[in-house]
Amino acid sequence: MATKLPHVPVVIVGMGWTGGIVAAELTKAGIKVVGLERGKERSTADYYMGHDELRYAQRYEMMQDLSKDTVTIRHNLKERALPYRTHGSFLLGDGLGGAGSHWNGQSFRFLPYDFEIRSKTIERYGEKKIPEGMTIQDWGITYDELEPYFDKYEKMAGISGEQEQNPMVGKRSNPFPTGPMKTTPSMKMFMEASKKLGYHPYIYPSANLSEMYTNPDGIQRAACQYCAFCERFGCEYGAKADPVVTVIPVALKTGNLEIRTQSTVTRVLHDGKKATGVLYVNNITGEEFEQPADIVMLGGFVFTNVRLLLNSKLGKPYDPNTGTGVIGKNYAYQLSGGAGGTVGFFDDKEFSNFMGAGALGAEVDDFNGDNFDHSNLNFIHGAGIRIAQAGERPIANNTVPKGTPSWGKEFKQQSIKYANRVLKVSMQGSSMPFRHHFLDLDPTYKDQFGLPLLRMTFDFEEQDREQVKFIAQKTAEIMKEMGPTTMQTTTELKPYDVTVYQSTHNTGGVIMGSDPSTSAVNNYLQMWDAENVFVVGASAFAHNSGYNPTATVGALAYRTAEGILKYIKQGGGSLV
Amino acid sequence: MADGKQPQDTSRRSFLKNSGIAIGGLIVGGVVGGALGGGQKTTQKEEVEKVVEKTVDYNQALMYFNQEQFQITEAAAERIYPKDDLGPGAKDLGVAYYIDHQLASPWGMNAKEYMQGPFFPDAPANLGMQSPLRRHEIFSIGLKGLADYCQQKYSKKFQELSEEEQDAVLKVFEEGKEFKLVGTTTSAFFKLLRSATIEGVYSDPMYGGNKDMQGWKMRNYPGNQMGYAKDIEKEGLVKYEPKSLHDHMSMGK
Repeated sequence: MATKLPHVPVVIVGMGWTGGIVAAELTKAGIKVVGLERGKERSTADYYMGHDELRYAQRYEMMQDLSKDTVTIRHNLKERALPYRTHGSFLLGDGLGGAGSHWNGQSFRFLPYDFEIRSKTIERYGEKKIPEGMTIQDWGITYDELEPYFDKYEKMAGISGEQEQNPMVGKRSNPFPTGPMKTTPSMKMFMEASKKLGYHPYIYPSANLSEMYTNPDGIQRAACQYCAFCERFGCEYGAKADPVVTVIPVALKTGNLEIRTQSTVTRVLHDGKKATGVLYVNNITGEEFEQPADIVMLGGFVFTNVRLLLNSKLGKPYDPNTGTGVIGKNYAYQLSGGAGGTVGFFDDKEFSNFMGAGALGAEVDDFNGDNFDHSNLNFIHGAGIRIAQAGERPIANNTVPKGTPSWGKEFKQQSIKYANRVLKVSMQGSSMPFRHHFLDLDPTYKDQFGLPLLRMTFDFEEQDREQVKFIAQKTAEIMKEMGPTTMQTTTELKPYDVTVYQSTHNTGGVIMGSDPSTSAVNNYLQMWDAENVFVVGASAFAHNSGYNPTATVGALAYRTAEGILKYIKQGGGSLV
Repeated sequence: MADGKQPQDTSRRSFLKNSGIAIGGLIVGGVVGGALGGGQKTTQKEEVEKVVEKTVDYNQALMYFNQEQFQITEAAAERIYPKDDLGPGAKDLGVAYYIDHQLASPWGMNAKEYMQGPFFPDAPANLGMQSPLRRHEIFSIGLKGLADYCQQKYSKKFQELSEEEQDAVLKVFEEGKEFKLVGTTTSAFFKLLRSATIEGVYSDPMYGGNKDMQGWKMRNYPGNQMGYAKDIEKEGLVKYEPKSLHDHMSMGK
């Protein structure tokens, strides 16, 4: 029997970016919050031995223990789904700060086109442009409506970026709170080459912090040291924006937040109309607790949010055969991991490729969103085209020209020769939802508590292959202009391979919208089917754009916080 | 050394101070909040260093392999990453010790991986590893396979073959067609051997490979540096004396 704890106004599941942001805003307003985090406590002190490629990048020190919980994956309805036994294509995290502790810090806003993708696509190209089975829909909010929340998130995190407005992206009400990151020689080459071709390159918006910064909450952080241990690592300097050094301490300082780490939520309790609290297990003692609450916010990763709802029987599960139901609908991913990219080998030029920062690079958005004419193309949307200098570590980076064996004398010589003579122009491609891409409960495999694992059904589509082929020409064009001795372009997109790291930008499953029959949450991320449940994160994305998701997730979290305060003030009811 | 001005014996905390990145005001959870667990007392530290200088590398002993397994691994890793004009190969870098230690680690036991059945080892490769075997088991089976194959084909041990013969055997194992193993394949084993060898060459020396940071030195990889803020805008390859995590232990007084 679960021990019933004293009732609290708000319980938040997951203490990453969304949980941290909402906790900070609510507690500042005097609301008492309990934050349940299934992972351990983390602080900058934990990264004393942080510059360890093997431990953090290869052995996934900061990632979820998959022996306890994972997902299963299949490419289509006919295939047998099998467990994601070891980390590969994406990295599942846990712990205080969530993925906000081990992200790179690339902080792009989604485009105005993204939020009204269906309307705008039809408006420009007609309904026939959307192929059979592609389930794109508007998000129930516009870019202009979300802009003030982007602004708030960027000020909190101290996002660094160019002060001038780039013509390819949404209009900003304010410049970035800090100036852009430094420009490395390879970024310079990329920007010069793409300008020459008539494109509009800019330096990545970065949460790594280009200069010392004090945010509106009074949190002061030191500037990035460009140590090159960012993604998959924690920042020992506290320079990288991380919930642990930004929003969580602000919330704790109010005295209104109680965080319980090592607490795995297994179910949202409800009476069919509203949630009554959550059930969780203390990982250390194995004890089960019931935490009653007026409001439940789910702030886990995409898979956690969806699985919790399905295992709690909250919301109508999505059925791919009828296209009805919403929980698990519109799972989307991204196009990256080398596909569409071009590698340049520079025999007579060297670069300090080992230097870097997670969000250090330059981007061209001329072929992202609907920034270009798709009339004669067999796909919609597009990709960010980019050069990154995150710091190439030696176990993971041994790029050799095609035809070189993968081991032996020649491999050794070539991999050493090109370690600091190789540059990559890559794509981060959008991913459209399809009727048969979805998340549901696996019928066979179970987690540590005997609960069903989440099952993913996903593969790349013609839309994706066409996009990769098109963007590949552009990455090749830019690289050629950069003047390598030889270059290689990957134009082909193979079927989804879960063993190769591509992206942890998994999205959808609890999507937002303006119609309860096609979306799970409204534009405050309040559940249509349970007004006191808010489901926050990239799970709300109705499709995935050609950008990193965190800025959009952060903006949505600020909007949720406002919504929850409104909900409390008005004493319940739908916010829209 | 381009980085000559960087403080040599300091913590990340005093590094920030010395770099003029003073931090004041409200700091919550940031660097001053404790990037460091505190250094050892000077007298203790000097004692420790004095002792280490005189002694052999106690790390070079076996946690998992028997002697035969170690010898095969050492010979095979050397063919994957051979000694040449550029510098040492896997053998001199201690890669076989690295692999031995890793197979005895949580990674060797697949401790943080989902290992519940049912298993379908013959599933499509793009759905990931689906074998019930742990990495150390795949390694033991693979090494036995190497020994058996060489006995059948050459009537010799793998480690006694010429370099050309060893390469030919490894190619057969990489391709995975000619020789069958029970419970796994020669190509799965080879893939593991190859990636473990690269890790042993380039991981921090504390893991037993990359001896004296020679793996890093060959490709001008500087290892664990405080940061590159001062040099990252410079053209060309900026060279540094590499540093290991051990170097970081003596900092933070």
